[in-house]
Amino acid sequence: MTTTLTRPVARTAPPVGRKPVNRVSRWQIYLPLGLYLLFTLVPFYWMVVFAFRPRGSNSLLPWPVTLDNFEHVWTGMGFSVFFQNSLLVGVASLVSTTVIALAGGYALARYDFRGRQLFLVGMLCTQFIPGAMMLIPLFEIFRTLGLVNSLWALVIAETVFQLPLSLILISGFVKNIPIELEQAAWVDGCSRLRGFFAVVLPMLRPALVAVGSFAFIHSWNNFLFALMFVNEQDKFTLPVGLAFTIGEFSADFGALAAGGVVAAVPVVLVFAVIQRYLVQGLSAGAVKG
Amino acid sequence: MRVARSPRTPYVLIAPAVVAMLGFLVYPMGSVVYYSLQHYDVTQPWDNGFAGLENFRVLLFEDPLFWQSLGFSVKWVVVEVVLQLLFGLALALIVNETFIGRAVSRALVFSPWAVSGVLTTGIWILLYNPSTGIFRYLADLGIGTYDTAPLADPSTVFTAAVVAELWRGVPFFAILLLADLQTVSGDLYEAASVDGASRIRRFVHITLPHLKDAIILSTLLRAVWEFNNVDLLYTLTGGGPAHQTTTLPLYVAAKAVQSHDFGYGSALTTAAFVVLTFFSIAYLRLSKFGART
Repeated sequence: MTTTLTRPVARTAPPVGRKPVNRVSRWQIYLPLGLYLLFTLVPFYWMVVFAFRPRGSNSLLPWPVTLDNFEHVWTGMGFSVFFQNSLLVGVASLVSTTVIALAGGYALARYDFRGRQLFLVGMLCTQFIPGAMMLIPLFEIFRTLGLVNSLWALVIAETVFQLPLSLILISGFVKNIPIELEQAAWVDGCSRLRGFFAVVLPMLRPALVAVGSFAFIHSWNNFLFALMFVNEQDKFTLPVGLAFTIGEFSADFGALAAGGVVAAVPVVLVFAVIQRYLVQGLSAGAVKG
Repeated sequence: MRVARSPRTPYVLIAPAVVAMLGFLVYPMGSVVYYSLQHYDVTQPWDNGFAGLENFRVLLFEDPLFWQSLGFSVKWVVVEVVLQLLFGLALALIVNETFIGRAVSRALVFSPWAVSGVLTTGIWILLYNPSTGIFRYLADLGIGTYDTAPLADPSTVFTAAVVAELWRGVPFFAILLLADLQTVSGDLYEAASVDGASRIRRFVHITLPHLKDAIILSTLLRAVWEFNNVDLLYTLTGGGPAHQTTTLPLYVAAKAVQSHDFGYGSALTTAAFVVLTFFSIAYLRLSKFGART
């Protein structure tokens, strides 16, 4: 009773300035987040359960754990070969995309040259080119080059389709690096090239991580090019192998799930590692071009 | 910007990118336009030759499947982009708050972004199948019936495909919008809340205007991407039942891969490219991209 009389002012006028921006309450975060997590994770969980539980089991727990399905897809269905092919294409695309985009992105950011504007506009236009619709002409080109049924056709196609975005990202990043840092290196007697390696390259690490992992994930996941340009089974990549497992509809859900896990694990791991750089990198202003 | 001492340097640096894109993007695109004016059917080589606008005449006036697939493409893109944007924005706002478990939550909710269309199909086929799927277990709990088969039923196949694509599409928006949210100055919110602005008012007057350009750009990129992407529908529904879920690119892929009518396929491609380009320009104009608010 007495307390109401002692400090009546405090209720109506909280001290100005120190007041925190009124916080969202806990359940307003955790409830929708929890629901969304359920939507995200149940499908993954379903795949894992089917991959690891024994045939004929109806349990929703992958118990007892068996690796039979993995053995079957890995050796019996050739997923070990598909995995190697995907890895080769993924790494090769990563390297070529990063190197080409690094050189080009630096030029776009640091030099004003004739044709620069034209190149930028052209790059924007390529974003509207439907990949699915380039199948016919690209196939003809690769046939002329003798690259049909070669994994290099996939590397080339992947690299080319990744280049525009990668160039934009890298040139955005280079622009954010103060040129004075480079100039200081030149004054100290570095050549432009040495200055680049000593000053610019280390600061580009987040951009390179983003560009490289984009390229890797995209080529790891690409389906249509691999389906069209490669038709010998020992050249299949994982998505093609997986699509054939799906095609045999009646059948083997354990194999489908195990194949799915094999295809998912590398990219999901890569992604888990890089996703923070990705958000940082994109918010560094590169999105706004 | 420093004037290059050697004027050749930038050209040398950008040459690999230019050569790659000229050879494998621009030239093929040009040849698509060229083929679209030709009769070019591998199975009927005796008819090959210059066709003028014949392919386009057939496409516009005699091919109901062109209009049907274009119509479905539009429906697919609008539904996907709107839903992905709404969920993605909500998700970005949530994981932008400070709370325990934020880093893990972010990694988890973003993870389907890394999953391929084919794998998405694989996962959702498991979930949708009446004998292996989730509906059987829900029916055990008294929810729904045992014979629920979303992919086999023409009345639910669209919704089923939309949900599967949402699953891996929402993270794209969540990531891009979160990145942009992190550049909003905290001072603005502070000032607004000192002035007594409610959370909703702060969202409408500070957050949304700040996100405007990011939203325009990401919806455009996504619309183009969803329009062009075929992996999921190709493997999940195959465009069926009865061409109900055939998008324009899916139709082109079918024409090119199965029927080998490259001339007509190229005309379809050219039409799609024109539609996309006009849509993109109109979208950027109408949304006043880059304009100060």
